[in-house]
Amino acid sequence: MSNVLANLKYTASHEWMLLNADGSVTVGITDHAQEALGDLVFVELPEVGAHFDAEKEIAVVESVKAAADVYAPISGTVTEVNQAAVDAPESVNQDAYAAWLFKMTPDNVADLDKMLDAAAYQAVADAA
Amino acid sequence: MLKKTVLNAAHRAMNARMVDFGGWDMPVNYGSQIEEHNAVRNNCGMFDVSHMCPVDVVGADCRAFLSRLVANDVAKLKVSGKALYAAMLNDAGGVIDDLIIYFLTDTRFRIVVNAGTAEKDLAWMQAKVAEWKLDVTITQRRDGANNLGIIAVQGPNARAKVWEVLPQAKAATEGLKAFFAAEVDQYFIASTGYTGEDGYEIMLPADEAEALWNKLNAVGVAPCGLGARDTLRLEAGMNLYGQDMDETVSPLDAGLAWTVSLNTERDFVGKAALLANGQQKQFLGLILLDKGVLRGHQKVMTPHGDGEITSGSFSPTLQQSIALARLPLGVQIGDEVEVDIRGKALKAKVTKPVFARNGKAVI
Repeated sequence: MSNVLANLKYTASHEWMLLNADGSVTVGITDHAQEALGDLVFVELPEVGAHFDAEKEIAVVESVKAAADVYAPISGTVTEVNQAAVDAPESVNQDAYAAWLFKMTPDNVADLDKMLDAAAYQAVADAA
Repeated sequence: MLKKTVLNAAHRAMNARMVDFGGWDMPVNYGSQIEEHNAVRNNCGMFDVSHMCPVDVVGADCRAFLSRLVANDVAKLKVSGKALYAAMLNDAGGVIDDLIIYFLTDTRFRIVVNAGTAEKDLAWMQAKVAEWKLDVTITQRRDGANNLGIIAVQGPNARAKVWEVLPQAKAATEGLKAFFAAEVDQYFIASTGYTGEDGYEIMLPADEAEALWNKLNAVGVAPCGLGARDTLRLEAGMNLYGQDMDETVSPLDAGLAWTVSLNTERDFVGKAALLANGQQKQFLGLILLDKGVLRGHQKVMTPHGDGEITSGSFSPTLQQSIALARLPLGVQIGDEVEVDIRGKALKAKVTKPVFARNGKAVI
């Protein structure tokens, strides 16, 4: 079964978020998402500095099987992208919580409180 | 309610990831599609293809029937056991299905048709037998009594592994050249496949399939899902029905001209349409030069007009994205073209539509 970490926030579209001490939010796709997609072979990440509204397409991950959009979990501005995930997409399969995709500064950090907690996301993943 | 093959429980016991594949509950992988793909290119893997439908064609008029039914010419089948890949066309020259015909005797042939097209294929065949008033009986062997399971064992070590678990089959099958079949007791063993590797496709009584599957696994044959089957056939340049061609596409525009026998007096369904329309498009390969993944239905921009990708994925053997595409006449192998991927025009090179076979890249 796929792994859900207790210290993260989640979306129903299978992104995870970690609130950092500096107020930025690290975003990746969940273990459930990587397992459903299968072997990843391509990752496309947003431009640093670009602003995205919540639920807009922000990145793309592609496996041998299919392409999947990654959505901005909250509104905010991209501050950093993980080039290592672009260079080695399989790292997301190996550990989806270590291989983050991008960091963003939220417009409103309180938006994070509306996200799913681990138990709520587990229920989403189990139903998928 | 999804249909299940006789190996459904075996897949679940091996932790397969199951998906709805055209109404069938089938394994897409057992962990890593790329590892399964590489197992077949370098060693040996096995696939449950029991969702495909064997059809027995029996009767005095078998040859006359098949001669009119398909675009390839069964007159090429002269030696018992020989197999022929063929397209069954409608009157407009579109492909109803692609299939393999095995010649056993002049009154007994076996055809294997695709899973998703089996019902319409059978109805079409039955209608033609009646229309042409022939002595032919059509019997499907997938469902119900006397049904068959099909296990494809593929890869450079496939034959040796099959003989290890079916030693009684070695004498009858070791001399089989590519595209032949032999019957050994209840087993129908064919040197055919859909991977570009050596190996066998084994049809057997459905209630014996799980035991054979587990024996093959016990001697080290990797279970492989339909995901790896798709990337293997794509690298080998083999068409997938419903993606690379369908009822609206001429075999001449789908890279299947080599299976269409137009140069004799023989008439067959769709022949007049093929002769009237000729070839309108060419079916070629693409290798993506930029980063990304080619997929079906992406638009291909060329100086001769637009084309379309029919199948695309990432090639584990080439470590690049590859595709099969229907392109305008005039495009040449070696040309650089552009593919529209999410609004960006990415560069791709036109190739012949074969990328890897027998463990090696051929591009």
